[in-house]
Amino acid sequence: MDRREFLRRLGQGAAVVSAAAVTGCVAGKKGSDGDAAQGEIPTDAMTFRSNPTSGDRVSLLGYGCMRWPTVTAGSARDLDDDIDQEEVNRLVDYAIAHGVNYFDTSPAYCKGHSERATGIALKRHPREKFFVATKLSNFAPATWSREASMAMYRNSFRELQVDYIDYLLLHGVGMGSGMEDFENRYIRNGMLDFLLEERAAGRIRNLGFSYHGDVKVFDYLLSQHDRYKWDFVQIQLNYVDWKHAKEVNARNTDAEYLYGELDKRGIPAVIMEPLLGGRLANVHDHIAAQLKQRRPESSVASWAFRFAGSFPRVLTVLSGMTYMEHLQDNLRSFAPLDPLTDDDRVFLEQTAQQMLRYPTIPCNDCKYCMPCPYGLDIPAILLHYNKCVNEGNVPAGSQDEHYAAARRAFLVGYDRSVPRLRQASHCIGCNQCVSHCPQRIDIPHQLHRIDHFVEQLKRGTL
Amino acid sequence: MNMLRKIRIAAAAVFFVCITLLFLDFTGTVHAWFGWMAKIQFLPALLAVELGIVVGLVVLTLLFGRVYCSVICPLGVMQDIVSWFAGKRRKNRFAFTPQRRWLRYGVLALFVVALAAHLGSLAALIAPYSAYGRIASNFFAPVWLWGNNLLAYLAERADSYAFYRADVWMKGIGTFVVALATFGVIAYLAWRGGRTWCNTICPVGTVLGALSRYSLFRPQIDTAKCNGCKLCARNCKASCIDPAAHKIDYSRCVACMDCLDKCHQGAISYTWRRSKAASKPEETAPDATGGISRRKFLSLVGLFAVSAAAKAQEKKVDGGLAVIEEKKIPRRATPILPPGAQSIRHFTTHCTACQLCVAACPNGVLRPSGDWMRLMKPEMSYERGYCRPECAKCAEVCPTDAIRLTDLAEKVSTQVGHAVWLRDNCVTLRDGVQCNNCARHCPAGAIHMVHVDADDPDSLRIPVVNEARCIGCGACENLCPARPFSAIYVEGHERQRTL
Repeated sequence: MDRREFLRRLGQGAAVVSAAAVTGCVAGKKGSDGDAAQGEIPTDAMTFRSNPTSGDRVSLLGYGCMRWPTVTAGSARDLDDDIDQEEVNRLVDYAIAHGVNYFDTSPAYCKGHSERATGIALKRHPREKFFVATKLSNFAPATWSREASMAMYRNSFRELQVDYIDYLLLHGVGMGSGMEDFENRYIRNGMLDFLLEERAAGRIRNLGFSYHGDVKVFDYLLSQHDRYKWDFVQIQLNYVDWKHAKEVNARNTDAEYLYGELDKRGIPAVIMEPLLGGRLANVHDHIAAQLKQRRPESSVASWAFRFAGSFPRVLTVLSGMTYMEHLQDNLRSFAPLDPLTDDDRVFLEQTAQQMLRYPTIPCNDCKYCMPCPYGLDIPAILLHYNKCVNEGNVPAGSQDEHYAAARRAFLVGYDRSVPRLRQASHCIGCNQCVSHCPQRIDIPHQLHRIDHFVEQLKRGTL
Repeated sequence: MNMLRKIRIAAAAVFFVCITLLFLDFTGTVHAWFGWMAKIQFLPALLAVELGIVVGLVVLTLLFGRVYCSVICPLGVMQDIVSWFAGKRRKNRFAFTPQRRWLRYGVLALFVVALAAHLGSLAALIAPYSAYGRIASNFFAPVWLWGNNLLAYLAERADSYAFYRADVWMKGIGTFVVALATFGVIAYLAWRGGRTWCNTICPVGTVLGALSRYSLFRPQIDTAKCNGCKLCARNCKASCIDPAAHKIDYSRCVACMDCLDKCHQGAISYTWRRSKAASKPEETAPDATGGISRRKFLSLVGLFAVSAAAKAQEKKVDGGLAVIEEKKIPRRATPILPPGAQSIRHFTTHCTACQLCVAACPNGVLRPSGDWMRLMKPEMSYERGYCRPECAKCAEVCPTDAIRLTDLAEKVSTQVGHAVWLRDNCVTLRDGVQCNNCARHCPAGAIHMVHVDADDPDSLRIPVVNEARCIGCGACENLCPARPFSAIYVEGHERQRTL
């Protein structure tokens, strides 16, 4: 039984338990008989936000479609790992039944298969029941010509099986070399003008952009708001990035500034990375205990979702949910939203400050850097390192109290998480990945650092 | 059951299990405790010139007979196990046969000649301990590793680091076939006739048999008590009891004590011999002398860049993994021997090809050679891993001192070969990407990156090898991104040098 199957059965078990709870008492009440820890998730309690320009009533939880489950296991990474369409349908049905109506995909996600899988699942529901967001993606310069861009745009309609797109984004502006790449990608080929026409024609209902990296591009696009009339903007926001984006990554910008700029202009914000790529769901044990102590029945992740959802200008908070359990947990956070108190905010700010003391690498497992031409599994290496940081298995020296156990956990876990041929020792430093990383991690530098650490562990010279 | 027989069986079981574990354990923990059991094997001790051990075994045999063959030798115990199963099907199946003296001493003579003539691989075919080593490492070890991998699979799911996966791979087809044939022949002989192998072919059995004729303690038949039932002879796996003459051929008796147990009359007892004291027969010590002229410089032309699999791929979507082409073994003019092997000559005359080091190598570097002159004796190659600086497992486990290191410092200063750069394969020139993986990983600091164009400080940089500092560990070859042939590979040295 693989892990996903195990979790699925666990989920079914939980569903049976909660169903039993419902028949035993009044629907919607949380385990009042004490026979289940958490009651049924209500189907009519989702918190909605209104989009001022189009009047759309958007669910505060949005479905990110970049991590659809695959047939083998997880949202994983093997060579030919097909999306598990049946499971996608099940997740989408469940999400819609519980009020989720915003689905965010891209031509690049899931090795290019996300739009199709999302389209198939959504086609089974009435068109007015959901809003679909997709992007004009911008990875390889080969896709930057007007013809290739048009082809990508038209293909999205075919893959999603729709005749209008609710939310269309310029994908990842500010990445690469910043302004120069932006101009080449969207201005000089006339694509932005074309998209404005498409919006006027009604084939795009809302036009916006998602922003990573160079803040000059963000500022420039907002300064042109009168001309472009952005219907929404997608930004990275979470309780660490709110005030400490620069500490996580020198090239990022505090979410407080980004949100403030949008709020000032009345532009709705779509939130990505509310969990900082999962790192706010999988925290250091000691921080997890602290979060749990304050709300024992709520998940660690729920704090991050409530943080993002509590800002009034936020239209929807995206979460890439692979497992039914993630979906259910997030629905509990948003159906309905229990907004943060001022005390909660202070508490989360303190938590963020503590978290920064654990030097994890700001990888969000988005896989934009992949595939590495030399076969490395970059996100798997970085995530293994982060996991060991969080679990206290990155010893500072051989005199550490639990050095032997930590060394074994790091090295044995490394071989388990990443096959030897795809480990950091094979990074030649060609730097091709660097421009693809929305977090602007200096990937080769980090890989070489991890490789050096592994060598020290193996040789016993730490 | 007779107490002596009980002791013999218990001791044999301990030795057999522990020696087998030496070949199964890939973590190195068992060696710390039972490594000595491999080192007291007769032939390895002789080749290592461990006089203390050799004298000890000679004295043991002169005192108690061929206890070595019944307890210490794993191949002997393996035959007993096969023979025991055969005995379950047919009782009282043996009978006295006269000794085949010409065959025993003929094989021994051939064996000595082969060793002296540096045809060690031929000799290794019938050397008992290394024959067992090949059987254990080829057939038992994979089963053990698969079992371990199952536990590792379960441990991973239980978030435990107690077990980790180990690769199971075919290390050498030639050795595998030899091991299979050896096992087939020996198991057949043991099934049919008990210790036939030990008393006709095995050179160690012959040498110890010559000694045990004079042993102080020996099973003896009391003719006054014997009723001539022949039960002893029919249960003697060495077929050495002549019941009609009431005589035992002590050169073939392996002191198993089975006859003591079988005799209902109590006519056989293991006691002090009444005749004259033992005289010391001359010893054959096949020592390493004489010249070996193994110079086989193969043409290096075969190394060409064939593949462009690692070529930068056009990025359109996110996710996925690039295909990794398997590394191929370059044609080395001289084989690479493990550090501490000293020279091809020293190594081939001392190694008995027991495969203990091959089984112990944690980096997938050692494997039995397919070369006729060094058949089954280990050599190194780096397509699966490289000879890591913190590891000296092969030298630690080697019972014959064919691989000898005093410490890790000696290992990292021993030059087993040197790296050779192949311009046509180097990704820096082939793909135009800057790579320094070989230089970055060189533990000896022997590789430097220099500009292709000495006058242009912006030109790409290529690796250059300072052969004087290179130790031949293969880190560069293993981690080179060029596939299937690395752009930098190691050529072995006939004589290892110390830096």
